Amino acid sequence: MKLIMAIIKPFKLEEVRDALTAIGVQGATVSEVKGFGRQKGQTEIYRGAEYTTTFLPKVKIEVVVPEDIADQAVEAIQKTASTGNIGDGKIFVLDVGSATRIRTGETGESAL
Amino acid sequence: MTNKKHFRAGLMALAFGLVLGVLLNAVVVDPSWAQAAPAAAAPAAAAPAAPEPKLDTGDTAWMLTSTALVLLMTIPGLALFYGGMVRKKNVLSTLMQCFAITCLVTILWMVIGYSFAFTDGGPYLGDMSRALLNGIGKDTLAALAPTIPESVFAMFQLTFAIITPALIVGAFAERMKFSAMLWFMGLWSLLVYSPIAHWVWGGGFLGGLGVLDFAGGTVVHINAGVAGLVCALVLGKRRGYGTEPMAPHNLVASVIGASLLWVGWFGFNAGSAVSAGGAAGMAMAVTQIATAAAAMTWMFTEWALRGKPSILGIISGAVAGLVAITPASGFVDPIGALIIGIAAGLACYWGAMSLKRACGYDDSLDAFGIHAVGGIAGALLTGVFAVEAIGGTGKSGLIDGNPGQVLTQLYGILATVAWDAIVSFILLKVIDAVIGLRVTDEVERDGLDLHLHGETVP
Repeated sequence: MKLIMAIIKPFKLEEVRDALTAIGVQGATVSEVKGFGRQKGQTEIYRGAEYTTTFLPKVKIEVVVPEDIADQAVEAIQKTASTGNIGDGKIFVLDVGSATRIRTGETGESAL
Repeated sequence: MTNKKHFRAGLMALAFGLVLGVLLNAVVVDPSWAQAAPAAAAPAAAAPAAPEPKLDTGDTAWMLTSTALVLLMTIPGLALFYGGMVRKKNVLSTLMQCFAITCLVTILWMVIGYSFAFTDGGPYLGDMSRALLNGIGKDTLAALAPTIPESVFAMFQLTFAIITPALIVGAFAERMKFSAMLWFMGLWSLLVYSPIAHWVWGGGFLGGLGVLDFAGGTVVHINAGVAGLVCALVLGKRRGYGTEPMAPHNLVASVIGASLLWVGWFGFNAGSAVSAGGAAGMAMAVTQIATAAAAMTWMFTEWALRGKPSILGIISGAVAGLVAITPASGFVDPIGALIIGIAAGLACYWGAMSLKRACGYDDSLDAFGIHAVGGIAGALLTGVFAVEAIGGTGKSGLIDGNPGQVLTQLYGILATVAWDAIVSFILLKVIDAVIGLRVTDEVERDGLDLHLHGETVP
């Protein structure tokens, strides 16, 4: 099993979700996060006082998938979340030691 | 620490009780204070041979409405306008200050403030004849507005006495001790607001000289703005001013607040006609026009110079226009209002953007930059654009063949600024020496809400 952690632009979330369900992913966890990368911050001005936001809002998707569809899932996210501009985000893949479904106690890939 | 706090609170209660007791005693015992003022003490506009004054139900209905509208300007209007502009950790303290001022000034007004402002007394201060609203009964008509009950007149004027100190909150927001704020506002209301209201509206020397201030450009806005500047200077800058982000935490609240101010201002300006007729109607029209013009001016100026038309900008411009048209609202025609609005938008944009930066003071929410700058612009332009066709005989400005009016207006501004600045400065210094004005660094860092009021907004 692999944990795919993708940081994407917030407005791309729905598209990515659709792409993941299309390849058989049954669930994911999404959080609103802030961070910085190559994309510069935005400047806000209030009555002449300028504030540069150094951390930009992003969405983090965490999804655990069976080994065999991990590459497919990464590709799906990469394709749908891409706009071609800086700030599109990143995808990380990690190994997962175990998985347990809390309701039934099932473990391994059947718990996904 | 806690003992000291209790001691102080006790002292405050004691002082309050003492004042009340002395006044009660004076009113009950001393017959010279107890007599009611003569019913029709000849306001400037009233003709000498006027028939016996008679209550007008239309006027009274409008003034009851206006009173409610002007109260709405402070709570929740101004409270939300200011509350949205501070950081989240200080929003409750800002709302609390506005609300507490509303209550404090109400009591002080009833005790002596109204009497100081609106009784004959002399050129500088009224007398004590209306202390504790003594002599105002169900059938008493207002001497200065003989078609409405004096109770309504006193409450209408009270709402002005409330919003004026509340406007000052914008200058020292996020760093003043609540106790010091109460002391300052209470004393300021009695020693600055009431006298200046008397000078201009209560039969005092500025009104006598012909200074034109229809609804409070001098009495309310210049007064509050200058006191705000003195507060900002005496208290000093907020921790981290200029280095840490101090962006408004909720502009939606500010927009709601500014919109309530605009709506309430119809009571403020059209209500200042103290009658329900053509004067009120024209005041309402010019208020709407000047406000829209100033808001658009600020928006386009910011768009041109800063690249984006901001919501904080357009609402700031609207308030600037409301402030500037206030002294002029009973004296100018719609074209005058349009020009005053545009001028106010430009002047206050400069006041909030450039002047503050150039001078380096921390007027947190631009009480001076908008209210004093806009008030001064409005007061001077009233002297330019006043026309007899609107304001009546003798109420003319530069464009109506009376260039001297501009100087009269200037004199009114200078007198107000001088008294206001000096007394505010002394009050702040005395309060600072006795109980201290500023919260500690820790309180300021964590927020006034948590430390001073024991509450926070999640």
